[in-house]
Amino acid sequence: MKILVCISHVPDTTSKINFTDGDTKFDTNGVQFVINPNDEFGLTRAMWFKEKQGASVDVVNVGGAETEPTLRKALAIGADNAIRINAEAVDGFFVAKQLAKVVQDGGYDLVIAGRESIDYNGGMVPGMVAALTGSNFVNTCIGLEVEGDVATATREIDGGKETSTAKLPLVIGGQKGLVEESDLRIPNMRGIMMARKKPLNVIEPVEAGNETKAVQFQKPAPKGDVKLVSPDNVQELIDLLHNEAKAI
Amino acid sequence: MSVLVYTESEGGKFKKAALEVASYAKEIANMLGTTVTAVSIHGGDSNELGAYGVDKVLEVKNDKLSTFNAKAYADTLKQAAEKEDAKVVVVSSSADSKFLAPLLAVNLNAGYASNVVALPEGASPFKVKRTAFTNKAFNITEITTDVKVIGLSNNAFGLKENSAAAVAEAFEPSLAEEDFNVNVVSVDKATDKVSIADAEIVVSGGRGLKGPENWGMIEDLADVLGAATACSKPVSDMGWRPHGEHVGQTGKPVASNLYIAVGVSGAIQHLAGINASKVKVVINNDPEAPFFKAADYGIVGDAFEVVPKLIEKLKEFKSNNA
Repeated sequence: MKILVCISHVPDTTSKINFTDGDTKFDTNGVQFVINPNDEFGLTRAMWFKEKQGASVDVVNVGGAETEPTLRKALAIGADNAIRINAEAVDGFFVAKQLAKVVQDGGYDLVIAGRESIDYNGGMVPGMVAALTGSNFVNTCIGLEVEGDVATATREIDGGKETSTAKLPLVIGGQKGLVEESDLRIPNMRGIMMARKKPLNVIEPVEAGNETKAVQFQKPAPKGDVKLVSPDNVQELIDLLHNEAKAI
Repeated sequence: MSVLVYTESEGGKFKKAALEVASYAKEIANMLGTTVTAVSIHGGDSNELGAYGVDKVLEVKNDKLSTFNAKAYADTLKQAAEKEDAKVVVVSSSADSKFLAPLLAVNLNAGYASNVVALPEGASPFKVKRTAFTNKAFNITEITTDVKVIGLSNNAFGLKENSAAAVAEAFEPSLAEEDFNVNVVSVDKATDKVSIADAEIVVSGGRGLKGPENWGMIEDLADVLGAATACSKPVSDMGWRPHGEHVGQTGKPVASNLYIAVGVSGAIQHLAGINASKVKVVINNDPEAPFFKAADYGIVGDAFEVVPKLIEKLKEFKSNNA
């Protein structure tokens, strides 16, 4: 089985979010970048398929040279090869077009992407890659098994979960649940050394337009101070929620 | 030309999110000087949609579509959009809508903006405000394609009553075999509980509750409020509560009207996931807990004393306001 894991290079979850150039660009100054958490759960599940079922695992990212440390980290965790599509990730559709080309050229059986990146939260790349490549698709995937050419995938639905079967090729939008948080791997020294020698191929993008443009960013308006209520007067909280906040 | 809206149902009744997307679609239709057409797949009473501004309802009844299937539903919506010459298609932020929206967007060669929280600023250029950086910022996105797909964030717009005729019309999409290549084999869903996605109020517990045996009071508090229960990440990682209850950046997003956090410290990842909620309340014995900076109302106190008192007072409040 050939697996492709799509990796988004995103600011660390605790980063301060600021913008520059008249609030049109994310300010990367002093920001630590990491593998998108939703992708990392998928990458770890891919490692399981590699170790237990002999799958090969490639990782891919759309971005400039500055994203290579994130791909190297994925190699250090255990991916076999990395591909960097040398282009700015303009929008979800553009990224999906680039990934679809890699999926088709590489003949991948299983494509694992995160359900969304934690920066732009578009939540569209996995579905679009599936649609563009004519693959089956399961979103918000929290469990995945593959036997022969049939996958059994569990997805989170509102208020529960749902399990489906589908033939490969399959694209999933993954998230926590594919593996547990405690299963995530921190690259060890051997992995880091080996990652230096593994192939990281840089390819040029295919012609593709974008369909959306992020024209501006705004920060939420500053919030007022919390109103504290005495623990001996919970009735006051009820009154505030009813009369002032109109929430109950 | 019309604005197309996908109105979801559950157990033969329209979901609140369906009425919200209908209300939103009506405002866009007014802006564009056109009408609203809803697509209802094994849905509720179409007259109900009229009260939220829907002019026409395409009613789909097809045994193959009696349970959700993203590809087949996306294909149905595509055909409806083409029949109605829709330039704007509105869907909700339910798990199902987020599943089908990217497939629909590719089918229609449409640009898609998810997590939209406001009406477009204008028809041309077509710019919408959406949340980004997991609720730490907003992003104004311009959709540049002829056809546009909008995913509206839950509870972002609210319900707006309108009276329209809601003329029902049977609609039979032509479906291909390949639409059904993903086959549902089992569904595990609590039907007696309100889901986090649909809830107006969410009550959430954190590590401060000390153990899974103490969740009874969280459930009691949720019951009296008709709320869904949720938990923080450490709580689900330790196996105190099921993963489906984990809310936060890597868990479920919450955009409820009221979010009550009990014994949750308020790590940045947790706050990011729940920040879209309108009113936030925290009960925690540590006045330094970061949640107090994010909350609207707070009680510094022992949850084991405060919550039972709160439940008792809420019961009185409910019986007086019934």
